[in-house]
Order: sequence, then C-alpha cells, then structure tokens
Amino acid sequence: MTGHPILSVQGLCVEFRTRNGTVRALDDVSLQVAKGEVLGIVGERGSGKSVTAFTVIGLLDAAGRAVSGQADYDGVPLLAAGKKSLGEKDLNDLRGREISMIFQNPRAALNPIRPVGKQIEDVLLRHNQATRQDAQRKAVDMLTKVKILEPERRYWAYPFELSGGMCQRVMIAIALACKPRLLIADEPTTGLDVTTQKATMDLMADLTRERGMSVVLITHDLGMAAAYCDRIVVMQKGKIVEAAPVAELFKDPKHPYTKKLLAASPGPDSALGDLTAVPDAPPAVETVSPAAVTKPMATPAAPVSENLLLEVKGLVKTFPRRGAKGGGWVWLKGHKGRNEEADFVAVDGISFSLRRGESLGLVGESGCGKSTTSSIVTRLLDPTAGQVILDGEDITAFKAARFARLPQRSKIQMVFQDPTESLNPRYSAADSIADPLKRLKGLRGGRQLDARIGELAEMVGLPQSLLTRFPHQLSGGQKARVGIARAIAVDPLLLVLDEPTSALDVSVQAVVLQLLDRLKRELGMSYIFVSHDLNVVRLLCERVIVMNKGRIVESGKAEAVLKQPQDPYTRSLIAAIPHFEPAKM
Amino acid sequence: MTAMARSFRHFSYVMGENPVTAAAFALFALIVALAAFGPWIAPYDPLATDAMNALQPPSWAHPFGTDQLGRDVMSRVIVATRLDLGIAVSAVALSFFIGSAMGCAAGFWGGWTDRITGRITDTIMAFPLFVLAMGVVAALGNSVENIIYATAVINLPFYARVARVETAIRRNAGFVQAARLCGNSDLRILATQVFPNILPPMMVQVSLNMGWAILNAAGLSFIGLGVRPPDAEWGIMVAEGATYVVSGEWWLALFPGSALMLAVFCFNLLGDGLRDLVDPLRRT
Repeated sequence: MTGHPILSVQGLCVEFRTRNGTVRALDDVSLQVAKGEVLGIVGERGSGKSVTAFTVIGLLDAAGRAVSGQADYDGVPLLAAGKKSLGEKDLNDLRGREISMIFQNPRAALNPIRPVGKQIEDVLLRHNQATRQDAQRKAVDMLTKVKILEPERRYWAYPFELSGGMCQRVMIAIALACKPRLLIADEPTTGLDVTTQKATMDLMADLTRERGMSVVLITHDLGMAAAYCDRIVVMQKGKIVEAAPVAELFKDPKHPYTKKLLAASPGPDSALGDLTAVPDAPPAVETVSPAAVTKPMATPAAPVSENLLLEVKGLVKTFPRRGAKGGGWVWLKGHKGRNEEADFVAVDGISFSLRRGESLGLVGESGCGKSTTSSIVTRLLDPTAGQVILDGEDITAFKAARFARLPQRSKIQMVFQDPTESLNPRYSAADSIADPLKRLKGLRGGRQLDARIGELAEMVGLPQSLLTRFPHQLSGGQKARVGIARAIAVDPLLLVLDEPTSALDVSVQAVVLQLLDRLKRELGMSYIFVSHDLNVVRLLCERVIVMNKGRIVESGKAEAVLKQPQDPYTRSLIAAIPHFEPAKM
Repeated sequence: MTAMARSFRHFSYVMGENPVTAAAFALFALIVALAAFGPWIAPYDPLATDAMNALQPPSWAHPFGTDQLGRDVMSRVIVATRLDLGIAVSAVALSFFIGSAMGCAAGFWGGWTDRITGRITDTIMAFPLFVLAMGVVAALGNSVENIIYATAVINLPFYARVARVETAIRRNAGFVQAARLCGNSDLRILATQVFPNILPPMMVQVSLNMGWAILNAAGLSFIGLGVRPPDAEWGIMVAEGATYVVSGEWWLALFPGSALMLAVFCFNLLGDGLRDLVDPLRRT
C-alpha cells in the first residue's frame, strides 16, 4: 500500500433493531483500500460483509444504525462517530460519480420498464457527465466497452430481454459510466453460471485495471477472491478475523476460521476428508462424529456390484414454446400454430446407466437439461420419448401423476436444491420426516413411527431436541439434514441429489457432503448428483456426465474428466472455476 | 421458550410497535363481548316501548336517548351487535370456504379448472356488487339467511382470487415436489401442504372483508331488505332515525351509525395488524 488510502474505515460498529432486541452486525471493523487496489471481503452468510459496504455508502436499512466508528473517502468523511457527516444530497453526488456499486441480483437492480441504454444515460445525465445531445452516444460507447454485441440495438433492450450475464454487464456499464474511482461489487456473480461468471469477472477486472480504479469485492467464494483480489479481509460474525495479501493468506493462514474456510473450499485436488480437517474450536452441532469422516476416499467405497440399477434410454423431453400451442382459441388455430414454431427441446435423446451402489455426477450449466433429466428420473415429469428402467422395471410406463401412490415410488427419492424451500414452513422437522413414512410405509402414528424418526435423525446427525422445531428455527445445515432424512426414510435404492449444497455456506457444504458420502456407504444407495460444480461432484462421484444443451458431451471417470477433459465445453467449464493459483501471483 | 410464550412475545412486540393495531384489537374484543353478552349488558329491553319517553335526547337515564316509540337507543345499539356480526361472520365464512376451494383448485391445476372458476368470478365482478346483493335478496326472498347468501356471493371473487394466486406461487415449490415424492396425491398435497401455507394472506382478507360484510348487511337493511323491524339492527336504526334528523332528533341515527362506522373501521385496521403479525415482510 502506497500513499493514503482511498477508502478508510475505522472501528465501525453497526446495530440492527429486531424483534428479539438489538443485534450487533458489525463489531469494530477497520479496513483500508489503497488506490488501484482490489480488496476482497470474504465471509459466510451473516458475517457482515454486505452490511459493511452498505454502511459506508449510506444505504443502510432503516432498522440498522452505525453506533460508532468513522469512514473516510479520499479525505472526505462519510461517517464520523457513527453519524453520517454528509447530507443526503452530497452523498448522492458522490454515489455513482466517485463510488459506485454493483449489486447481487442484476435483474432486480435494473429498472424493468426502462431500456438499458436509457438507464446508462440516466446516471450520466445525473452527474453532468453528458449532455442531452451526446448521452446516447456515450451510453452506446459504454455498452461497447462491456462487450455487448450490437450495442445500438441492445440500447433499446429491456432487462427481461437480456440474459443474467448481459444484465450484469449492463450493471457494470452503469457503475463505470461516470468513471468512479471506487467500485464496490457485492457478490456480483451469484446466480450466474461459471463460464458467465468468469467472463463477467474478467471484464470487470480489465475495465477497473485499465482505469486504475480501486475495487472492493464482496464474495463468499475464496477461490474467486484469490483469482481477482490483491488483498483479502476475512470476516466472521461481524468481526474482521484476518487481513492479508492473497498469497500470504493462502500459504500461511493465521486465524483458525480462515484455516477452516480454506480447508472447506473444495479445490481441484482436495479429498472429502480434507474439507473438515480443521475443526471448529468448540465442537459445534454441525460436525459429524470424527469416526464417520476418517478418509472416506482412501477406503474404497462399497463394492460396486455389476448389476444395473438404472438404465435411461433415449430420453427426450420437449416443451411447447409459449404461445405456440395455446390460448383459448385452440379450435380456431387448430394445429397450425403448433407446427409453425418448433418445440423447445430440453433433453435431446440422452442415455446412461447406473449400477447399484454407484454414484454418478450430472454436470452442466443452467438450461443444459440436467434438472429436467433428474425430474424425469424421479418421475415428477413425464418424458416425451424414451425409457427409464429402474430395478428391471420400466417406470415411464406409469404417468407421473399416478406414480406418486405406487409402491415403486419409495425406490427413488430426491434431495432438493434449496433446503429452506423444500420444507413446508408449517411442518416441524419430525412432521416432514414422518410424511413419507406415513404415506409410503403405512406407519401410522405411535411408537414405531417415533422410533423410526429418531433413528433417521441420528443417522443424519440431527439432534433429537431439534425435531420439534419448524424450518425457520433451524440453520441451513440443519434444514439440509432434515431434507436428507426425509429422502432416506423409505430406504430408496436411488437418491437424486439436485444441487443439494448450492444454497449452503462452504463449511456447511463440507459437512453435508461428508454426511452424504457416509450414508451412501452405510445404506448402499446409488446417487445421481446434479451439480454445476465439477470440484464438488468429483468428491462424491465415481463417474461424471457433462451435459450441454440437452445432450451428453462427455462422460467418464470423474478424475479423468476433471484432469483430462476431452470436449471443448468441458474444458471451458473447468477453466472457469476460480481458484488460488500461486503461479499467477 | 415454549411456542405459546414465543407467539405471545411476538404479539406484544407487534402491538408495542403499532399502537393503532393495539387499539383495533381492543375494539375488536369489545365488539365480540357485546355480541356475546349484549342482552345481559343492555340496560333496557331493546323492544320495550315507552310512549311517555319517546324521542328523549341523551340523558343519564338514556345515554343515547330514546326513539320514536320510547325504546332505549343504547340498548338497541348494543343488542344489534350480535345480529350484525352474526350476518357478517356467517357470510364471510361461507365465501371463505367456497372461494378458497375454488381458488386453490384453479391455482393448483390451472387449465380448464382455472378458466371456469375465473369466468365465474369475472361474471360476479361484472355487476355492481351492492346491486347484485339487492337482486339476490329480492329474488330469494326477504330474510336474514338470504342476506347472508347475498353477502357471501358478492365476496366470493376476492377469496377465489387471493387463494388462486397464493396457490399458484406454491404449486411447484420444493416442499410440494417433496410431498409428491413422499407418495401424496394431488388432493392431499393441496389440503395438507398448500392450504395451510396460504392461510395467513387469506386471514388478512377475511378481516378486511368482515368490515365490508357488516356494511353490506347494514346497507341492505337500510333500504328495507332482510332484517325487518322491530328487530334491532344498525342499518334499520339509521334508516328509521334518518327521518328524524331534519326535525332535530340527531341521536337516533348518529349512535347506530357510529357503531357501524367503528365496527368497519376496527376490522379494516385489524386486517393491517394481522398482516403485520403473520407476514412481517409485507409491512408498510
């Protein structure tokens, strides 16, 4: 760090007023951003990384209040002794022109009823960076700079007409339009695919470097912070636990929390046992008993028997395009409307098989058809063509609506992507686990049911005392456990895991992955693990299928696909995963 | 902390944050008490006439004065609470059950179910609602039950629409898919998984609707439909009192009118308060 910092925060404390009293969100946070530096703020959910940014820029929620501390932007006090020292008007002049921000969800941050070009013009005109005459030209220039093709045409596009990645580029264009000197990026790539994430981040890095801007990058992903930052600040529960240059932080982490976080982030070489190699200081509820996690990959998984459990043959699923078949006047349009436009093909003739006790990874980016495939395999959706043969029986012979009540239902179960959304908010943990037992196993109340629920809770490491709680009273990891317990309650042969850890923090993800691995070996289940993250898939699966645009582009042993990808798409997928590379430093 | 203590704390927090809601809840308690114990609380028999004391202005003996037949206005206002509230509650309960069944089916299955229920509610909404209620009562006959049916019919679309939207949002939620995997049939999913989750917004609708229902019942009685004299009912009392306002006997119409206004006001405020209680995110 040379010269005086462009942003300096000293002893910042922020409190939130809630129904359960005041909660301290930030506790004595101090940090500096030098000119031209990229600072990463890394932490898990609720660590206060976004609150720090919002407080500094003066966008704190009405319930929050800076209690003490000060923040200076290039010598101008933004906050002094916890009070805003600039009026709202001065702050508005500063925001957008000197300091700008990129938000988490680009679609929500853009005005949905205004063309994106106009939105870039707005910020230019607001800060007198353009006149009415040249505003449009400057806006188109900005769109060109963020590498949007056909910028003149896209100028008139509405946010809903653009993809998530393009929306984020427009956000970057708006943020950089007035040539600010400090950019705050709050999880700029959540919800974007890895390849889009890489393109967006590279673009942002290029543009800011070229202008000599300072950047504060807020992220939960240590790999991304490593790839794009100069210095990293690690936050935990509202406190800064460690601040160090990237290389130093990765080679020699000082704080136990940093060590834990580093261990829990799956890299290209980490094994499942390594993820929780650094235990919490006090053993928390989250950790699985050590005996269960000792080097799961070292001991070969349950012997893979040769007989097939699942065979998928030529699976096709098409969806009618909106408006093609449809509205109320079917009899007038007849079948003409349908033939005019081809149906959207989500899954285009894929075939694969799975042996008993084997786990298969299904990898691809959003829209590649992996979720559709898993929905058809779990018989929540009817295929357009093709067969799914489970345990020697063609289960596509039954309609999805009827399948729910057949005995075969209990052979396939699923763990959902979002543990919060997949639990009924009005059911206690025990009720949720009891549901499949009552419906599919015919257990009716009484001791037998309670005993089974207790047994399942123990298997997934959920304390018995939490069984009476409702989803909103449970943490993310605990909810994930409830979801897993529900899925394994009926002893399924096949468990489909639909991105089961994507909504979880890395340290929780580590524990859940180990739990899934242990359950597989104990219960002899087969897994289909659907994910976008090859590093995570590799930890749990022997075989991987990579999907793109409804087709299988590559399949093979997980190690082989990850280390020597054959298909160009797989290669770009693997290259896009950000991680710490000492060679780049 | 037990669930009971937790919800009490939540309740007192919302009340403390919003004194208006607290007042509405107090008023609601008072209205319910009057409806339940009205005949015992009322100082006089609401139907007893006393020609000697006709049209007396408010006094200590008759705080709300007396009417043209010498009946105590205060007693009549108190006793009328039960009838007005009874009509509103039964009408709202009817439209709640039928409307949410229609709306849930429409939101969950979509397609033809949605189109048919949608057109039914559109047809109801196409009429001026009060005129429709008048027509229903006129056609079915002049009785309290028919007022209830008429009020239920005109409120049906609101429940059907709220239920439809809330169900459609949750139709593909993770927990609904999970319930399917657990072997639940569609009907069972609707009843045990979806319906309990759409209850909070529906309850807010119920509370807001209750005010309208009271107003509607009183309005029908005001124009001479439904409740017949000498039964005490706010709408009729205002109608009878209105003729005396010109000659200076203002208390005949004012007190039942105020009771009506307070009741409607209370239910509207209660709706906002209930929303704060059950759904903190939609707070205004």
